Amino acid sequence: MSQKYFIEGASLEDGTRKDLFISDGLISGFQNPPNSNAVVINATGKIILPGLVDLHTHLREPGKEDSETVASASRAAAKGGFTALSAMPNTSPVADTAGVVEQVVRLGVEAGLCDVYPIGAVTKNLDGKELAEIGAMADSAARVRIFSDDGHCVSDAQVMRRALEYVKKFNGVIAQHAQDPDLTVDAQMNEGVISSVLGLKGWPAVAEEAIIARDVLLADHVQSRLHVCHVTTAGGVEIIRWAKARGINVTAEVTPHHLLLTDDLASSYDPVYKVNPPLRTIKDVQALREGLAEGIIDIVATDHAPHPAENKECEWQQAAFGMLGLETALSIVALTMVESGMMDWKAVAQRFSRTPARIGGYVDQGGDLIQGAMANLTVFNPGASWRVDRDLVASRSRNTPFHGKELPGVISETFFKGVPTVLNTQLVAEKNS
Amino acid sequence: MKHLLSINDLSESEAIAILDTATELARVSDAPMKKLPTLRGRTIVNLFAEDSTRTRISFEAAAKRLSADVINFSAKGSSVSKGESLKDTAQTLQAMGADAVIIRHNACGAAHRLATSQWMSGTVINAGDGTHEHPSQALLDAFTLRKHLMHGLKNLQGIHVAIVGDILHSRVARSNVLLLSKLGAKVTLVAPPTLLPVGVASWPVTVSYDLDEVMPHIDAIMMLRVQSERMDELYFPNAREYSRYFGLNTDRVKRMKKESIIMHPGPMNRGLEITADVADSARSVIVEQVSNGVSVRMGILYTLLTGEGIQAGALA
Repeated sequence: MSQKYFIEGASLEDGTRKDLFISDGLISGFQNPPNSNAVVINATGKIILPGLVDLHTHLREPGKEDSETVASASRAAAKGGFTALSAMPNTSPVADTAGVVEQVVRLGVEAGLCDVYPIGAVTKNLDGKELAEIGAMADSAARVRIFSDDGHCVSDAQVMRRALEYVKKFNGVIAQHAQDPDLTVDAQMNEGVISSVLGLKGWPAVAEEAIIARDVLLADHVQSRLHVCHVTTAGGVEIIRWAKARGINVTAEVTPHHLLLTDDLASSYDPVYKVNPPLRTIKDVQALREGLAEGIIDIVATDHAPHPAENKECEWQQAAFGMLGLETALSIVALTMVESGMMDWKAVAQRFSRTPARIGGYVDQGGDLIQGAMANLTVFNPGASWRVDRDLVASRSRNTPFHGKELPGVISETFFKGVPTVLNTQLVAEKNS
Repeated sequence: MKHLLSINDLSESEAIAILDTATELARVSDAPMKKLPTLRGRTIVNLFAEDSTRTRISFEAAAKRLSADVINFSAKGSSVSKGESLKDTAQTLQAMGADAVIIRHNACGAAHRLATSQWMSGTVINAGDGTHEHPSQALLDAFTLRKHLMHGLKNLQGIHVAIVGDILHSRVARSNVLLLSKLGAKVTLVAPPTLLPVGVASWPVTVSYDLDEVMPHIDAIMMLRVQSERMDELYFPNAREYSRYFGLNTDRVKRMKKESIIMHPGPMNRGLEITADVADSARSVIVEQVSNGVSVRMGILYTLLTGEGIQAGALA
């Protein structure tokens, strides 16, 4: 018999009080049966959310284990309240064959702290020219449904059209990194007032918006599903609003860092703020928050991008793009969306668990906390706060832009398949370690 | 003031104090014995990770006239070009006891990184970082403008300066815009729209696409070097067309005010942004800019490394 747990005193996302009894991996009731021997968790004042689901994670394994592994990312995920990750394919080798995606699944199962769903490459070696073995990845044990060349844009319109068409066979979705490569050669940061002063080469908003506009029209034409990764511009939100009003099957994500940080941080020349797509202006941040609250942007996704120290302890232009995200994501959403009054916890559960699970087709994730459901959930204390310390992260890398910041909201428990991966704010020792 | 990374590090009075100090130190350069003992025993490193003979020599001459020990660390043959990181280079210089590092680097913000990263503790002087800034060039340009146009006044109040050419990629332009406007000059940028940054509307300048229209109104014109690779990047159709609209030639010079001066930070592309006869004409102060550069860089080193300037007339 596995250990049983009884979480008492918490509220669900809709504000109703509910106690949960967890046994054998499931939510098996709402009372603590007599003599259950359950571990009782007092969660008074806390909120229970369905376990968070990230559709955009760089786990770096295979190939870049100096920055992250599936196991270390899984630990970071647990600490951040996640019960599912989606592994972007820009590993070495690239996840463009059934063999690599099955390896990633296996590593996820071995780590045993969350579900790890691989995202397959759209094109072979992410080079944007030939389709990767999409069907083989979809049919493999990994059952891949999301395909992306993330880090690179599928910029050739004909390749994008074919990919969108091809994944209809199994109701797949193409997740596009919208960045016109011709408009962003050597681009370093948002093109605008700040880049003009800093001399850093600009990454104009139009380079993102032009691709989003083209792709929603392609998705409409071939009647397929498009997912837009990390939208960063007010104009991008407007185009997606228009596409949805037209009935086009498009979903979109925003990262926590784009909900908070702006391009003026580049004035420090500290590459911890270098990220792709880049930090934009306060006007864009406002539009992203409004778009997320309204549901034009469907989900929050981290774009967790670990890098070893030497790729950030250098000149801005030499530095790698990307920031850590898993461990701070829910706090940033609490800060930007909930404390600002733009979203309630119900909407947070929607954008951060239910909808991403639906987009990815992740059956055991993002469900209602009802009797018999898989116990994938997060207990969150919105009244507490914590200070980010890059030396204490579970990730193998330290490139968090929030080092030293006091953030609202502490994850006290994460349950994955009925087993706590975080208990009383502490990471529970993972399996096989 | 410990570092000089950007003109934004200087207040108007600090900038004027550096110009005043440079004016006094210029007397040293004119003397038969061109040396002051001020920085004896101090070690100054010229860290040049990008080719620039003239700026390096200028800083070297300035440091030597103040009796500092100068170590040249240039890209060719150095560890920077062999892929050693800026961090390792900085820590090496720190271990060798550098009191100041003068850095030229192709990456924007490289000087900021040296100064703020805690890799080293010495003074950092930005001698040009990518397309960001070149503060010592702006100070020597202000020094030259003041000397020729201000008749003993301390700042640049009321004069009108045009900066012409590739503003987008020019660190000289960025530093000059900040400094000249800080000192009270009116600045007009003249360039094809492709060579002006998005965001220029927020700068303290006026912008013109028409050089001929600007010529009669200015007291000084500063021509910028046009890199040949810009032509391959579609910024303008070809060199001939660029020269026709934005090059400085005798016909255009004839339309300038009588006392106005012609400047260029060098190295010049004679025949592209400036014709040879204009570059060598009586109005041209281009060669004088070079000698002023040594005095101004002496002023910068003196101010940063001693923590004080020299009052006007003190060395007379």
